[in-house]
Amino acid sequence: MSEIWKTSRAWFERLGGLFHKAQREAELAAELESHLQLHVEDNLRAGMTREAARRDALAKLGGVEQTKERYRDRRGLPFLETALQDLRFSLRTLRKSPGFSFVAILVMALGIGATTALFTVVRSVLLKPLPFKDPERLIRLYEYSADDKFAYNVVSGGGFAEWRKESHSFSDLAILGEAQYGLSGVAGQLPERVMASNCSWNLFPMLGVEPALGRGFASADDQPSASATVILSWGLWKRRFGGDPAILNQTIHLDAKPYTVIGVMPSWFAYPEQSVQLWTPTYHEESPELMQAIDDHEFSVVGRLKPRVTEAQARTELSVIMRRLHDQHLDIPFVSKAANSRPLLEAMVGDARTALYVLLAATFCVLLIACSNVASLLVARGATRRRELAIRTALGGSRRRLLREHLTESFVLSLVGGAAGLLIAYGVIQWFVTTRQDMSRVEAIRLDGVAAAFGAGMILFCTFFAGATSSFSIKSHQILSSLQESSRTHSPGQSPVRLRKALLSLEVGLTVLLLISSGLLLKSYEQLRATHLGCITENVLTMHVDLPDAKYSQPTQRLAFFETLLDRLRTLPGIRAAGIATSVPGEGYGGDNGFTIAEHPPLPLDKTPYAIHRWADPGYFAALGIPFLRGQIFDKNQRLEKASEVIISESFARQYFGAEEPLGKHLLTLGRKPQKIVGVVGDTRHRVWERPQPIMYFPLYSGIRERTTLAIRSTSDVTSFALPVQRIVEQLDPELPVSDVLTMGQVIGQSTLDANFEATLLLAFAGLSLLLASVGLFGVLSYIVAQRTPEIGIRLALGAQRGALLRLTLLDGLKPAGVGLALGLAGAAAATRMISSLLYGVAPLDATVFVAVTTLLLAVAGIACLLPAWRASRVDPVIALRYE
Amino acid sequence: MSESKLDLLQGTLDLMVLQTLAAMGRLHGYGIARRIEQVSGDAVLLNQGTIYASLVRLQQRGWISAEWGTSTNNRKAKFYSITKRGRKQLSEDAAYWQRLSEVMGRVLALPEGSDNK
Repeated sequence: MSEIWKTSRAWFERLGGLFHKAQREAELAAELESHLQLHVEDNLRAGMTREAARRDALAKLGGVEQTKERYRDRRGLPFLETALQDLRFSLRTLRKSPGFSFVAILVMALGIGATTALFTVVRSVLLKPLPFKDPERLIRLYEYSADDKFAYNVVSGGGFAEWRKESHSFSDLAILGEAQYGLSGVAGQLPERVMASNCSWNLFPMLGVEPALGRGFASADDQPSASATVILSWGLWKRRFGGDPAILNQTIHLDAKPYTVIGVMPSWFAYPEQSVQLWTPTYHEESPELMQAIDDHEFSVVGRLKPRVTEAQARTELSVIMRRLHDQHLDIPFVSKAANSRPLLEAMVGDARTALYVLLAATFCVLLIACSNVASLLVARGATRRRELAIRTALGGSRRRLLREHLTESFVLSLVGGAAGLLIAYGVIQWFVTTRQDMSRVEAIRLDGVAAAFGAGMILFCTFFAGATSSFSIKSHQILSSLQESSRTHSPGQSPVRLRKALLSLEVGLTVLLLISSGLLLKSYEQLRATHLGCITENVLTMHVDLPDAKYSQPTQRLAFFETLLDRLRTLPGIRAAGIATSVPGEGYGGDNGFTIAEHPPLPLDKTPYAIHRWADPGYFAALGIPFLRGQIFDKNQRLEKASEVIISESFARQYFGAEEPLGKHLLTLGRKPQKIVGVVGDTRHRVWERPQPIMYFPLYSGIRERTTLAIRSTSDVTSFALPVQRIVEQLDPELPVSDVLTMGQVIGQSTLDANFEATLLLAFAGLSLLLASVGLFGVLSYIVAQRTPEIGIRLALGAQRGALLRLTLLDGLKPAGVGLALGLAGAAAATRMISSLLYGVAPLDATVFVAVTTLLLAVAGIACLLPAWRASRVDPVIALRYE
Repeated sequence: MSESKLDLLQGTLDLMVLQTLAAMGRLHGYGIARRIEQVSGDAVLLNQGTIYASLVRLQQRGWISAEWGTSTNNRKAKFYSITKRGRKQLSEDAAYWQRLSEVMGRVLALPEGSDNK
């Protein structure tokens, strides 16, 4: 401890020594003078002559100037003094070559900026703990799907109830469901569809979050018999209710039913998703039957582990409970046999993880390339200053000092570049946050102290990488030779050239890696876009229409609404077709049902098949151009309780009937009467990247209670029909909100947003690094040619062929590019396996991409080398020899 | 003067300066140098200039303090004196030196070739 204190005190003193220099110098001179005088006087007393006395005193002291120098070494901080000197020197040299400085700084800024931005995103999204109390104890719980094929299935209300009752691993367990409500307008506001979440009352206390205003749910609110309550998100409160605190205890209408507003959540709170605008209590909102069903999987479950209980223990306990439940109800299919879990953070971030890490790795490659380029530029500059350096070394300049000068120079470049890079990072993050509102936790992304520290770390990294690599070319044993060197007979020292070629290979290798990765992503994006959904996607407009239960409680009311709406739409001029279904292709899974085929021998219960379900009106298939393969569409009489027909998709027929004729057979679904198969339609995909799965279509006119999507198709620009259609809906019911008005192209676009985003970003990085690498290639070769001009002159004078010279120089440049290419291809073969989860319909070793990248790189490298090579072959021997 | 003088080991000069100041009280740089030469019986090869590097080092550590004053024969000189912390340091370093020289003495006293028997 005291050692540290002593040292640091001494350092402060010495730091102080940097100031008041003149005064200290004068004092030292006076002190030494007085020393000499005292000594001389002593000597005189001893009987020496004045002259001898002085000489003896000086000799004993060891010389005034030497003493001063020794004293100075101790007094100030010579290191810092020379550092400042170096700094001034490098600022001067950088100012003297503004072109070089600008390019180097720009390159650094791009590299550091992109890396810092991506680091910030990755840290905010993947690494920062959730903003909840003890977030590491929070885990998300799942059931295995009943057939054990899917490990992260949502949970049934009955399963959750059982967990809550029987388990001992959790201090609390909360349940959440998805919901959407039609928020009625007050005072002339339009009605609006809002995303919501219903959650058990204990969710907020479990997360350790309190409403910013009002109160949270109480257990009394979370019961079927309670009066309806709602908690608003900060955003909704500000936007829709003007941020007026008087909203508390007021009544608002959701789906035409009254709800009392009891609280407003803080502005940062966004759980389970950014898009959720209000919360309602689960057990009040959902039917008691659903909350007890053990085979209807609808909910998310979050638990807080008790202290000293591990996630694995808790999962095992829940699995045991689940298994018991399954064994007790062997008569019910679709009861899970096991539970699963993962940390809440991981559950929230999900698939974004791989993509973000890939992008981060990509930016790091760009940074490395940027550093290599700057290092290469520094080497080139160092080589032109060889004579100067040699003379300085000969005069006693230490190698360490020269190295420090290099480092200072690259530090200045990195620092200025880094500062600009942080600005770039700021801009990139702003852009990212606005572009990727759909990504979970995007609200947590912020350029903070840690990100700034990371940026500073990157600056240091670049300083050392560029500075240290470039100073490898200073070799003390070459000093003499470079002093003796006469440029007439010498080609340049080989060491800087070799170093630059090595750097170049590194650059080319990384570029190839980036090009191949982005090529693969781009190709899979193209594949996605080209995927046929199984329906017409041109000029199709979709929108959500959701009939609130309160107003449309009877199936007849819903039927009447659908029929009138479709009749009106189909008479609208310009509209070719209109249809309604519970989901259109590309819009998502939507839900499924277990079924059995009445005409087939019964299967064991746990082998009961299930398939995606849809409800559609008879005109839906024609409206979306889903091909009719066999049979007929729903009969007009298929209404209300008379509805007993079902249409199946092609893959349904293939999978469950094989060569058998499905028409006329009957499907038995839970709790419904037998449904006769009357038709077979073409396959559609519920997600662009998913294979078509078996689908069964039930008649919409049975009057089901489901959220529906309206699809219209026109001959010309379909977006111009958005308003007229909404007006028709408004005429039918002024309070009915229409939401998500999207063309089919946009529906697909939304689901391929990720792929598009990653591919585009990575392509941008790859393009940037290709540019940097080719600039590097061009620079190195131009430099070699310039240095070798006299030699080339001699060769020409001795009768060398210009063609041979061209070939020679070209090869000189292409060799490092070739080495880099080989390295890059090998690296890519290993690395692309890691991104295979991001690929769709493309193998990680896709030959076309590899070949295309190789060709592109060779072409670019060739062009970059051609100009300097051509210049070499055009050298005029007379001028070259007169070069001296 | 035929016998060669002793080179000072690293760090020993500081200790000598401290001891000199502790024994003699206030002294100027020349006085310290002379005193060390006298005490050592001129056996130490002292480049008097090195005293000043040592003095600035000791000052930075707060072990000695300095002020301008007048010498006995009326000359302006910078006088140094040991501080409280300097005394503490001196006693530590002196004890260390004692131990070290004892050990060295014992080691060097081993009869030559004694382990070959």
